[in-house]
Amino acid sequence: MNARMLIGQPVHRAEDSRFLKGAGRFVDDLAREGMLHAVVLRSAVAHGRIRGIDATAARAMPGVHAVITAADISAALGNVPVIPLRLANLPEFKGYLQPVVAGDKVRYVGEPIAVVVAETQCIAEDALDKIAVDIERLPALPDRHAAAADASLLFEAAGSNRAVRYEAKFGDADAVFAKAEYTRKEKFRCHRLTGLPLETRGQIAEWDKDKKRLTVFGATKVLFFNRRTLAPMLGITEADIDMIEVDVGGGFGVKGEFYPEDFLIPFVARTVGRPVKWIEDRREHLVATNHSREVDCELEIACRRDGTILAMRGHITADMGAYIRTNGGVVPAKAAQFLPGPYRIRDVGLTVEAFVTSKTPVGTLRAPGRFEANFFRERLLDIVAADLGLDVMDFRRKNLIQETELPFATGKLVPYEPETDFDTGDYHVTFERAVAEIGWDQNKALNGKLVDGRYRGLAAVPFVESGGSGKENSRLVIEKDGTVSVYVGSSVLGQGLETTLAQVAADTLKLPFEAIKILHGSTTYLKEGFGTFASRSMVVGGCAVMDGCNNLLAAIRVAARERLGFPNEEIEIADGVVAAGGKRAGLTEFAGLEVEGSFSTTTRTYSYGAHACHVAVDPRTGHVDILDYVAIEDVGVAINPHIVHGQAIGALVQGLGGVFLDQIMYDRDAQMLNASLADYLVPLATDFANVRAITMELRRSKTNPLGAKGAGEGGMVAVAATIANAVAAALKPLGVEVCDLPLSPARLWGLVNGASLARKS
Amino acid sequence: MKPPPFQYHDPKTLAEAVGLLGTLDNAKLLAGGQSLMPMLNMRFVLPDHVIDLNLVEGMAGIKETDGVLEIGAMTRQRELEFSDLVAAKCPLLHQALMHVGHRQTRNRGTIGGSLCHLDPAAELVTVCMAHDATIAVAGPGGTREIAFADFPAGYLTPAIELNEIVTAIRIPVWPAGHKAAFIEFSRRHGDFAIVSAAALLQIDGGRITRASLTIGGVAVAPVRATEVEQAIVGQAPTSELFAKVCESCRSFEAMADIHASAEYRQHLAVVLARRALEKAADLADNAPWNRAH
Repeated sequence: MNARMLIGQPVHRAEDSRFLKGAGRFVDDLAREGMLHAVVLRSAVAHGRIRGIDATAARAMPGVHAVITAADISAALGNVPVIPLRLANLPEFKGYLQPVVAGDKVRYVGEPIAVVVAETQCIAEDALDKIAVDIERLPALPDRHAAAADASLLFEAAGSNRAVRYEAKFGDADAVFAKAEYTRKEKFRCHRLTGLPLETRGQIAEWDKDKKRLTVFGATKVLFFNRRTLAPMLGITEADIDMIEVDVGGGFGVKGEFYPEDFLIPFVARTVGRPVKWIEDRREHLVATNHSREVDCELEIACRRDGTILAMRGHITADMGAYIRTNGGVVPAKAAQFLPGPYRIRDVGLTVEAFVTSKTPVGTLRAPGRFEANFFRERLLDIVAADLGLDVMDFRRKNLIQETELPFATGKLVPYEPETDFDTGDYHVTFERAVAEIGWDQNKALNGKLVDGRYRGLAAVPFVESGGSGKENSRLVIEKDGTVSVYVGSSVLGQGLETTLAQVAADTLKLPFEAIKILHGSTTYLKEGFGTFASRSMVVGGCAVMDGCNNLLAAIRVAARERLGFPNEEIEIADGVVAAGGKRAGLTEFAGLEVEGSFSTTTRTYSYGAHACHVAVDPRTGHVDILDYVAIEDVGVAINPHIVHGQAIGALVQGLGGVFLDQIMYDRDAQMLNASLADYLVPLATDFANVRAITMELRRSKTNPLGAKGAGEGGMVAVAATIANAVAAALKPLGVEVCDLPLSPARLWGLVNGASLARKS
Repeated sequence: MKPPPFQYHDPKTLAEAVGLLGTLDNAKLLAGGQSLMPMLNMRFVLPDHVIDLNLVEGMAGIKETDGVLEIGAMTRQRELEFSDLVAAKCPLLHQALMHVGHRQTRNRGTIGGSLCHLDPAAELVTVCMAHDATIAVAGPGGTREIAFADFPAGYLTPAIELNEIVTAIRIPVWPAGHKAAFIEFSRRHGDFAIVSAAALLQIDGGRITRASLTIGGVAVAPVRATEVEQAIVGQAPTSELFAKVCESCRSFEAMADIHASAEYRQHLAVVLARRALEKAADLADNAPWNRAH
């Protein structure tokens, strides 16, 4: 690519006009002729054996078309399908997969038991109350400790509530620990929360009984995988299914995976022979859509007295909820993999254990595992620095990987992934920038000081974050008016890909932005696509577009020579004009020309950066005021700095929510205590005013021709680490440590109060 | 999240509304709907009839007569927020309104609806308790007035009969120049408070001559800190005095829920009581908890 006219420019988002005018079309905005409405009957019992379901009264209600249970599905298909794994496909998980509807047992509150299809949603909800479900209650497993006892088994056939235990190592940590001058071990815990997109899940399924074709509106994230999963369940071929993505109001990792409803709604649509809409309500969303993060860690470090880190051992224990869902295993695996972080640690020993409990299953949520791992490690580093009498920043500087050491081998710390290296970067530049931005040198004397009745605390922590790998496809067509339609396999969940992918295409084709149309989210567009997750859509999807553009340019040249008799010399293509040796032709002459593109890499990108903050903690209430927060990230190349900045600020605020507000609570019976937005608290626009993000473009990625690295999650990965260290620094005079999330005011007041009680006694 | 079927009524007069309420079984009154609508949609309440008060004539308005601010039950919170009369005569109410939900909810929410829902942490409930307000109700037998101290009968339960409608709130105003402070501690701005504190002080010649201190969110209804009120009248307002006397708030009976334990609430009662008094007495102008939202 020669002229970079649009790449790197803060082009206004092409999709904003539509959204701001209320012209977006989300799945609930769609209606189909003769459409019925489905609602799902969900278990109110955490763990139990289903003795019987009587839907006679519900079926008899006027306006009710069908009530479907496991028995109906078995009768139609011969079995109740089970949802397969998409990522972290470990063989141990096979016995813990979720059936699309509960048959013999329920294993969490919110598990689907039946689907009601009726003329209206109101009638369907009325019918729910008429279904009698007889459940023999079994002991609830509200946490992983209860699960580990194996006194009550969620899966009798599996024989244990421990779904997996594995070890991963790099070097020989045990040998280093055995002779280390100094070691320190601490326990940390991250709480359970969820992604909470503003738009809940939903879909419309429509069965054309003449053509025997299924259309599903509302699919997103991984349409092709979901189609591949659904087709055999229904006994049809992939080609019989169209998955259509419409506008999506946020995903954050939790939306778009294959859930029970992704089978149930198409199945009932085929059964009743009418289009069926299902829109998840917020209460359902909080019990049915993936939770995440609930991981605890025993972390141990070995150092020289001078602060040189020698080795690390970590034991990650995860509460997976009731089933291993499509990507659930990613959470503990990444929480373990990212424990060493951007530091020079050559001897690492990790153990991962994952337990099933009678709670909503877990899946990935923006920055899966990283949010947790960085918190565990960075808290321990501050504790160690205090032990050894080291400046917390100097301690990090000493161990932070130098650019000359890259690529830095990190071994095979994830059993289902290849060995990996940190690729490019200067970790010290971003770290020093964060240290400077927060005014560490001027402000560090404030650490632990009372100012206006509040304790001040500062922190800065570096991070490294993996992004896109794998494959993506594109298809380009020159339209009659000379514009180019670009069909992509990436999914759009609100992150502005219609704009950024158009920037890539426009630059590569040397066309104006307006001449490009990005078309996404339909399995009819491409033979195969791979979707949007793990900050991959620019790295992999963007490069697939670029490859398609280059193929289109080549095809234009061939056509110019063969069809239009262009001379056999260099053909210039720019601004929609094809020219060589005095001959010129507009792109309209090439209408109908069609090419495919693709990009594939097995090597992940590693963006990196640092977060820093300055907080004030009110010891009398436990409230933390963020005076300043800055997130720095080198994304390689920022295709659209405006959008990258929005991603960073959004991730940062979502991360702050995860530290202070978002928390899913269960009681001892594994009943969720806060399944509404009155009690599940998410950050509002006014809650965190003092946040800044700085995007840097220091080192291009070598894995892809755009030079891009992932940019969707770096704003989140280090938030818990940074805030917790700042709060701990603030409360240092009280002699308390911060080891558990969330940092709710009640928890912090508890720490402060405990310290003051200890002083009195 | 759709309500079960119910019959909707939209009376135009108070007499008509009282008549419907007196004759229909299992009826619910709809004021601003900011609590009732979600409760209907979540099927927490299952009424057979909903009587909408929004078209009833003469139930909204703000006026002052003989030192009493009279507010119609259907007066929107947003109207109170922008009322010069409220700001001038009842600064505590004005301050409290800034904490009531969000602009969008205040556009619909009414003072009468808020008082009848009687959330223990609702700002308007706390203000009425602080001001010794009187609640006017209408029923089949005519009208009566209830002292606000007697209005809460229990958690989310006002002491009115099933066939009675709250029509107005009467707030005796304090003399010009009195001091008022409303502060609260909540997880997010706009949420119900975990604990709130409302302080009214009259200070003459450097001494407190009259005091009212109310703590919301701790018990099932706001509590007047009478021990503190008695201890500070006659005294010069100082932070030391307030710190000492507010310790008594720790003995309030307190609720526990998923957001706060009883012990934490009792502690917050002590902290917020002191801060509200300090703010009312202009002793803590720069304190972070006194910053305007």
